[in-house]
Amino acid sequence: MTAPKTLYDKIWDAHLVHEAEDGTSLIYIDRHLVHEVTSPQAFEGLRMAGRTVRAPDKTIAVPDHNVPTTLDRAGGITNEESRIQVEALDSNAAEFGVHYYPVSDVRQGIVHIVGPEQGWTLPGMTVVCGDSHTATHGAFGALAHGIGTSEVEHVLATQTLIQSKSKNMKVEITGTLPPGVTAKDITLTVIGRTGTAGGTGHVIEYCGEAIRALSMEGRMTVCNMAIEGGARAGLIAPDEKTFEYIKGRPHAPKGAQWETALAWWKTLFSDEDAHWDKVITIDASEIAPVVTWGTSPEDVLPITGTVPAPEDFTGGKVEAARRALDYMGLTPGTPLSEVEIDTVFIGSCTNGRIEDLRAVADVLKGKKIKEGLRAMIVPGSGLVRAQAEEEGLAEIFQQAGFEWRLAGCSMCLAMNPDQLAPGERCASTSNRNFEGRQGYKGRTHLMSPAMAAAAALTGRLTDVREMN
Amino acid sequence: MQKFTTLTGIAAPMPQINVDTDMIIPKQFLKTIKRTGLGVNLFDEMRFDRDGNENPDFVLNKPQYRDAEILVAGENFGCGSSREHAPWAIRDFGISCVIAPSFADIFYNNCFKNGILPIALPQEQVDILMKDAEKGANARMTVDLETQEITTSDGEVIRFEVDAFKKHCLLNGLDDIGLTLEKAAAIDSFEARQGQARPWV
Repeated sequence: MTAPKTLYDKIWDAHLVHEAEDGTSLIYIDRHLVHEVTSPQAFEGLRMAGRTVRAPDKTIAVPDHNVPTTLDRAGGITNEESRIQVEALDSNAAEFGVHYYPVSDVRQGIVHIVGPEQGWTLPGMTVVCGDSHTATHGAFGALAHGIGTSEVEHVLATQTLIQSKSKNMKVEITGTLPPGVTAKDITLTVIGRTGTAGGTGHVIEYCGEAIRALSMEGRMTVCNMAIEGGARAGLIAPDEKTFEYIKGRPHAPKGAQWETALAWWKTLFSDEDAHWDKVITIDASEIAPVVTWGTSPEDVLPITGTVPAPEDFTGGKVEAARRALDYMGLTPGTPLSEVEIDTVFIGSCTNGRIEDLRAVADVLKGKKIKEGLRAMIVPGSGLVRAQAEEEGLAEIFQQAGFEWRLAGCSMCLAMNPDQLAPGERCASTSNRNFEGRQGYKGRTHLMSPAMAAAAALTGRLTDVREMN
Repeated sequence: MQKFTTLTGIAAPMPQINVDTDMIIPKQFLKTIKRTGLGVNLFDEMRFDRDGNENPDFVLNKPQYRDAEILVAGENFGCGSSREHAPWAIRDFGISCVIAPSFADIFYNNCFKNGILPIALPQEQVDILMKDAEKGANARMTVDLETQEITTSDGEVIRFEVDAFKKHCLLNGLDDIGLTLEKAAAIDSFEARQGQARPWV
């Protein structure tokens, strides 16, 4: 009889190549996703040392951070540094023979949207990428986390990673979500509750009725922001929804291999008596549509709340809140629903999938955005864009007054020309509200796609439940 | 990789909590395809205004801290993105030790790959070091990785913990990839086993 294990324990054990006496372990990596920003120095390192990519068939590259999202991008990238970085990925992918989706490919998109879409991400796998939002892939019951460029080089050269095991944390969302409350509200509420360091040193497994009820895309939104809670990774045990989502995707197993895979995938859950180092339980019925008010993803409040005062906090957070309020240009006591915005950004690896766009279209249908607002929708991949056009969503967006863009990371981190100007305030479906994140002195309020759409209609932070 | 053994230097106090990697190195500097030269852009949006003028209130712009080699910081230092440009910028500026109550995981790991020693200590001990750092350029701290001790300018000694393997690599400037490739046979046999059990991978 073996000791009961968590899902994380099971995936870890299945990928252990070597374990030293002190617990330092060598873990095999099944999928290595690569983008243009964190990989050029790693490929250069390989070249300098005369090394090759050990498993090019398990390495998938796609440019996303720097690419323009305007319709004229086939004409090339104007910013020289961005262009050089994307060209470096073009040539590194060719030189080292890894799978590649160039800017011109309809399958190009944000790396964390492309991986699941193409069936690269599968349950029980280890997945890494030089990007902290790799946590997204945990929605499939894959152990997925971000790594630095030195580790990117290490994985390219050895297909392994040197790791110490993290602790196990369970986040259980019981019951049923009220109407108007989404996966984004769950994940932000968890971070608001635990803080941005609440998951440090842990791998989070999300479970409970409300998580089970989420679609695969909703689960990706939840796991995506595990990193904002400080966790090494976020996981959700695979179930029939997971298998259904994967089946038939280009790189999913087929035929007899599908059956073998399925048999193993069905063993991927945490055993009843497994040990948890930390447990958080939240009742779904208590979760409201939320927005962030400050410059840390933990600065979360229900839309019905008011801007807090520094004195509402303790310790280092008092000064942090004072700084955040000053940066955000907000006065304590102001109802959040009175905060006016200039810009709406819908997209990112958190909320750039088809269901997100459907939720936006539901709110926008037949309506116009507030005059004078800048509003853009950036689909997560070329295929999401194509599907949204096929379903007639793109028409709704454009008629409402949104710009309808090509796929990329865009204003989530503003490495491409999509940026906020100083002082501009944005309702954003992205994942980080850090100072300067969406542009120098830009102000970000994080929220769900439906909430961002509602804000676009009124020109202020708005409770989506009040929209008809 | 650069070694870290002992360091005696000026420590800059930065008590702010949740210093994220976007603050450490804003995204406009991630477009480089090199590892070097990022020190001038460290904390760019806090250090300089839009026209490139220094913000005199920012700690690393103060005369006594311009040559700081140690940073004493608030909790959850390095949260956010996985960008290794953050430790590259810190190292390039001349800082090779960061002391804080806690660090974000990815940043913490990235430091060790770049000759930077991140030290996590209980808040009370960080408070002692923060006070010491606030004394300015004459108060030099010593950090000794071998003995795992920090000595304040007053001679007070604070012990710290560090993973034995990471310590070994940092003390000797060892290249991880070289070490792992010594285990190539174990990787080969893992791949063979996995090829049998999970051929779809």
